[in-house]
Amino acid sequence: MPQVLHNLRETPSQTAGPYVHIGCTPNFTGIDIYGGDLGKCMKTGPVKGQEITIKGTVFDGTGTPLRDAMIEIWQADAEGLFNSPEETRGDADPNFTGWGRSPGDMETGEFIFETVKPGAVPFPDGRLQAPHITFWVVARGINIGLHTRLYFEDEADANAADPILTRIEHQNRIPTLLAKSEGSGTYRFDIHLQGAGETIFFDI
Amino acid sequence: MSLKQGGYIPRDRGWQPDAFTPPYKTSVKRSPQAALLSMPTTLGEETGPVFGHDIIGAMDNDLIHNFAADGQSAIGPRIIVHGVVKDESGRPVPGALIEVWQANAGGRYRHKKEGYLGALDPNFGGCGRAITDETGHYEFRSIQPGPYPWPNGLNDWRPAHIHFSIFGLGFAQRLITQMYFEGDPHIPLCPIVGVLKSQEAFDALTAPLDMNRTVPMDARAFKFDITLRGRRQTYFENRPEGL
Ligand SMILES: [Fe+2]
Repeated sequence: MPQVLHNLRETPSQTAGPYVHIGCTPNFTGIDIYGGDLGKCMKTGPVKGQEITIKGTVFDGTGTPLRDAMIEIWQADAEGLFNSPEETRGDADPNFTGWGRSPGDMETGEFIFETVKPGAVPFPDGRLQAPHITFWVVARGINIGLHTRLYFEDEADANAADPILTRIEHQNRIPTLLAKSEGSGTYRFDIHLQGAGETIFFDI
Repeated sequence: MSLKQGGYIPRDRGWQPDAFTPPYKTSVKRSPQAALLSMPTTLGEETGPVFGHDIIGAMDNDLIHNFAADGQSAIGPRIIVHGVVKDESGRPVPGALIEVWQANAGGRYRHKKEGYLGALDPNFGGCGRAITDETGHYEFRSIQPGPYPWPNGLNDWRPAHIHFSIFGLGFAQRLITQMYFEGDPHIPLCPIVGVLKSQEAFDALTAPLDMNRTVPMDARAFKFDITLRGRRQTYFENRPEGL
């Protein structure tokens, strides 16, 4: 018998279930606690860069909107810096948390994030990535949280050089990652869990 | 050369549940069918939001009292749930935000879309949160939730469980799971538990009774340790990381 490695295994994931909002956005469900829901506001003061709004809906394989999902986003500030202790390249905008959480609209399921357009962030090999926002989706029926990314349709040059977008084999699926401008700083980013327009999800 | 933190170790998808698990019916139309696109973690996954201990109120980790009227408390078997959050290398994760939610002792959630005829407890909200200390430990107090029926098969019941949402230091570590209680006969019958692929995985989510932490004449204790993804430790040679 060789020596034992003693590495631990990641705790197995389980679905967030239909009542994730009780735990993660309790005030949204009418439980008045904690002085408000975490992640509701990403700006704590005047922020640097272009302020934008992101709207979208998560659809199942039948085209039905999910109304019990929780969507989280994580992104760099306008200069490409993360508001995180793990950020070692500089200090991010102190008025921008970079992290948002939405329970979606109770009736329509539409999520909305009031945020800023992120700056470019380097890939591990030093090449610049196109501006992007990490999305994490959990809901009833999703056994392990789904990671995807929002890129901006109006950043065509940066997208064409992005280290991740350029290595996607099925280039015809890239539009599933592109947020479309609706004018006045609003972008739409719908997520399709399954079907013809299935969003690209990452094992990251 | 110097030792540095590399990217996150890829998730073990052979251990974690698949997306498409037909006995859990809701997964059928909510599961991506294309293969996930594998890529190394980048700064966006290696960083993550971190929450200070200052956000946590004195009652946040006490579900027995955090929704109760003054002088009242939630009804049900009083329990302490505690444990350690570590990464896959066994290093404690300090500062990890843990959010929990659960049904009351009668198996009823406080939610508009909840239709179970079990009664609400006016003194029980069903959510709590804590942040791990320097040694990775957390603890909260609650009442033991009841099992409840759910629409999947005609007679499916969830084992008693507590939902956990956990943040580590990097967004790659983000995890949601459920804790079960040692000895619950519903565990092997449940289609949601059944998405796990091995008895070892069932066991990893089953908290044992911990008599050493039980407070006599007050509350029993259950221990639930959590493991988040870890990063590669690597000697740095001034060479860019490959794909
Ligand atoms: Fe539940």
